[in-house]
Amino acid sequence: MNPNDPSMIAGSSPHLKSGQTTSIIMRDVLIALVPATLASLYFFRLNAVFLILTTIISCVLAEYVANKVMKKPVTIGDYSAAVTGLLLAFNLPPSLPLWMAATGGVFAIIITKQLFGGLGMNFINPALAARAFLMASWPVAMTTWTKTAVDAATSATPLAIIKKGGEVVTDIPPAITNLFLGNVPGSLGETSALALLIGAVYLVVRRVITLEIPLTFIGTVALMTWILGGDSLFSGNFLYHVFAGGLILGAFYMATDYTTSPVSTAGKIIMGTGCGILTAVIRLYGGYPEGVCYSILLMNLAVPLIDKYTLPKSFGGGKIHA
Amino acid sequence: MNITEALKIFKGGVPVPHTKRTEECEVITMPVPKTLIFPMVQHLGAPCLPLIKKGDYVKVGQKIGDAESPMAVPVHSSVSGTVKDIRSILYAGGTDVMSVEIESDGLQVVHELVAPPVCTDKKEFLKAIRESGLVGLGGAGFPAAIKLSPPPDKPVDVLIINGAECEPFITSDYREMIDNPLRIIEGAEIIMNFTGIKNAFIGIESNKPKAIEKFCSLLAGNSAIRVVKLPSRYPQGGEKQLIYAITGRIVPAGKLPSEIGALVHNVSTTSFIAQYIKTGMPLIKKKVTVDGSAVREPKNLEVLIGTQLQDVFDFCGGFKEEPHKIIMGGPMMGVAQFSLTNTVVKQTNALLAFNKKDATMAAESVCIKCGKCVEACPMNLAPLFISGCVEKNQVSDTVQYGVNDCIECGCCSFVCPASRHLVQSIRYAKAELRKLAHKAKK
Repeated sequence: MNPNDPSMIAGSSPHLKSGQTTSIIMRDVLIALVPATLASLYFFRLNAVFLILTTIISCVLAEYVANKVMKKPVTIGDYSAAVTGLLLAFNLPPSLPLWMAATGGVFAIIITKQLFGGLGMNFINPALAARAFLMASWPVAMTTWTKTAVDAATSATPLAIIKKGGEVVTDIPPAITNLFLGNVPGSLGETSALALLIGAVYLVVRRVITLEIPLTFIGTVALMTWILGGDSLFSGNFLYHVFAGGLILGAFYMATDYTTSPVSTAGKIIMGTGCGILTAVIRLYGGYPEGVCYSILLMNLAVPLIDKYTLPKSFGGGKIHA
Repeated sequence: MNITEALKIFKGGVPVPHTKRTEECEVITMPVPKTLIFPMVQHLGAPCLPLIKKGDYVKVGQKIGDAESPMAVPVHSSVSGTVKDIRSILYAGGTDVMSVEIESDGLQVVHELVAPPVCTDKKEFLKAIRESGLVGLGGAGFPAAIKLSPPPDKPVDVLIINGAECEPFITSDYREMIDNPLRIIEGAEIIMNFTGIKNAFIGIESNKPKAIEKFCSLLAGNSAIRVVKLPSRYPQGGEKQLIYAITGRIVPAGKLPSEIGALVHNVSTTSFIAQYIKTGMPLIKKKVTVDGSAVREPKNLEVLIGTQLQDVFDFCGGFKEEPHKIIMGGPMMGVAQFSLTNTVVKQTNALLAFNKKDATMAAESVCIKCGKCVEACPMNLAPLFISGCVEKNQVSDTVQYGVNDCIECGCCSFVCPASRHLVQSIRYAKAELRKLAHKAKK
């Protein structure tokens, strides 16, 4: 070898890497969503198949087209668009017309992600933004819920049934075991708490997510609905609130989205608690039966501010003011 | 048993693969090479000026470079032979350094002035240490004599001997602990004797049980020097992390360990002090671990300072694969070399050569704000924000994110899933800030 050999790499230290990459992380999220995907296929059958395929294909295609139009490297290989697509499908009612779902996928990728600079630059969660967009555009289709599997008649979601002061719903709330397993009407991927929790364990074990956000989020909702959700104080059915609706999905898979959540432990606790308070307030006092989506979106907006004020003190240093 | 566990565990850090496969390789003395090159800066501080001229005959241990500045540390010849050339050479640090090329005659004639130093008080001791050419052998190269004489208003009450050796691959300190434990203890006692420090600790990571055992038995019943078993987590050997682990004290940002009454010396530094006081032979050789995927026969060597890297690798059977990265030091903090004509210097504790697969780093992609760098940073910084400022060319904003507290351990870049060049951007920011400060002074 000659001195000044161009094949010699003289980069900056460290010269060792952990081997973790963005696409491995995204792939882990997809793997973690497999149990919930299987559950949705079991409970909603063909509706689930078509909806999931539609949102994933529309998201990945939208990302590809956006990359090409903006003359940027194609980034579909990092799987982040696929993750957005799958999460979006999980947030939609099973009977939603497919063209609406596809519109949602395009909105998620083009408007909330690529127009702001792509992966790592979006300020709100793309899948949730798309859900909010669909909610505002086609409110009826977005709140038409089908019962699971055999009996495909329309129904109300468990949260709508127990909602006080909402429209009068005469259905009897399903048993808590059904809520936990997922045999209830609701968005595609949110119904089975069990399947979502299996995936969540995988994410924690693989160190993709930490527990600060999910635990504070769910804990705050449980606490507030227990205190304030019943006919008198401290009599709310908090287990129902934890397992019904999109709380488990939102807390483990959506609120923990890296780009739209704080980086420090303190910041994550604020994020989770904030999401929990907003969700409980919307569920108990707001116009909607469910509040997970909006609470996360609202907290997403606060993330830069949270990051700014929760930067840790350096080891041996004074408080850092950003 | 004379052993305690770490008092505190630093936050962050990463579990690096240890890869200490040269652990059992006994130290082999490398033969005297033909041509040696001595850079006039082998320490953190002002450069030395050559004291000899082309054509001069020099002997082993002869001082060939020195300067007036208190931060300068003299350079000695490690061979006897003729000065062939004095010229400026570009080193991997990115600076040109005046260097002396000596052709050895292989006779290793020792210089007349090499004699055990007379040390009756602290002043003479510090002068002797300066004359020995000693710098901190752990890697940074801070002048040892300066470190041994903290300002009088900062009383130091604890001496810490750093045997953590937390960098992957390197086992040169480990070999010193296994081969010369008595010398290390003697060195610690000499330091304690001259500085008046009453308490000393030797900190060793738990992945070196034999070294821990050795010191435990040698120090049994010794109440002044105690052994501390440290968790094997990188960067446990970082000065601030080590002091925290052993004493629970935190070095304030921008201050030296003396601020909180601590003095830290590496095991090899301590061992050298004992040897020097006995023989008077200045710092002319180093224990060096040679390893990496491109090296045919990984070894632990005793190498004369000034030996060219090519000679060292040749002695280890050459390369079994074409090397694409040569690192002086460990893989986490070592400096990649661009030329094999560069030489072993005082701080060199390892030379690693990696094949193409191990040398190639993944391409950088965008930051996804995962926060793993924040979690990993042992200094509790947020590297992603510092790097963000640098990318936007807002270098002065990095100060508020604590850029100057960064110890460049590399944990952030190690964990980054997007392969962001976090440490590099921090180094860039520090350099730019120094330039700005320099300009402001003018």
